[in-house]
Amino acid sequence: MKLLTSLGLALTALAVLAGDALAAAAAAGAADSEVLKWRMISSAFALAIAAAAGAIGQSMSISSALEGTARNPGAGGDLRVSMIIGLALIESLVIYTFVICLIIVLG
Amino acid sequence: MEKFHPFLYLSFIPAFEEYPGVLYTWVVMAFLIAVAVAATRALQTIPYGTQNVLETLFEGVNGFMQGALGPQGKPYFPLIFTLAVYLYLNNVIGILPGAMAPTSNVNTNIGCALTVFFATHYIGFKKSGLGYFKHFTGPIIWLAPLMVPIELISHLARPLSLTLRLFGNITGEELVLGVLMLLCLQIFLPLPWAMQLFAMFGSFIQAFVFVLLSMIYIAGSLEGHEHDEHGHEGAHAH
Repeated sequence: MKLLTSLGLALTALAVLAGDALAAAAAAGAADSEVLKWRMISSAFALAIAAAAGAIGQSMSISSALEGTARNPGAGGDLRVSMIIGLALIESLVIYTFVICLIIVLG
Repeated sequence: MEKFHPFLYLSFIPAFEEYPGVLYTWVVMAFLIAVAVAATRALQTIPYGTQNVLETLFEGVNGFMQGALGPQGKPYFPLIFTLAVYLYLNNVIGILPGAMAPTSNVNTNIGCALTVFFATHYIGFKKSGLGYFKHFTGPIIWLAPLMVPIELISHLARPLSLTLRLFGNITGEELVLGVLMLLCLQIFLPLPWAMQLFAMFGSFIQAFVFVLLSMIYIAGSLEGHEHDEHGHEGAHAH
């Protein structure tokens, strides 16, 4: 256990050192800090709105599926599969927003 | 996306330093081949060890596929099973610190998604010949000018949505793991265990969803000309 812990600490330290170098490079590369600031703000808001709306949609589908399962436990398997498909389709919209935010921040 | 991976175990291999996704895909492939060889080298009637695990997996996926596609889906089991195992391992290798999930690179995903796209249309043509075009014209023939563009866009959106869903989920997981890794150092935890476990669960769900949608698309290609209730639901899921 001690060995594992120290190994993990060493790996993390390596990651942090490399991350610091990366952050310094990014700061030097950011020529226009105003644009960068608004990129950060807009993408954070976009992802927050998308996550909130997606969470509401997913919670509605999950609660309906659970109610259906409670009324008719025999239909639980079918309901679960349909629910997972629906959740994936709802979640993919949030994921599109996430990808667009990545493009905004990095691109 | 190597920007998010400041440190990788295998980045010392010279030819692949710009393409870590390819490198870790090869790691996953080597692992899969090794497991397959180990399981089938000495096949036994009463399975034991690796063979037992693989048979359980095989029967689970097969049973699920029988439920979704019925007996006519049997020839496509190798495609589905390969996708399931390959994508799950590709997703889950990303939770190791210093390893990268190949599916957090968009090229891996679009390869799998285009395979599914072409496979569904090939299966449809093989099943119903030129009658397959009736899938695109909708239920009534004079609605065809309206339905054909919609169906074409809907079919072309499938590989896009398959690709971006997997890419976004796995990239998000990797980013969260990276951020938590940095936070864990502050409180002297070695690794973000809880998030790693959750990422394993998420990897499974994403591979499952990819395979499930592939099955639904194949079922949509296999159905007859009349759009029954189940097939209609499947044909418009994307």
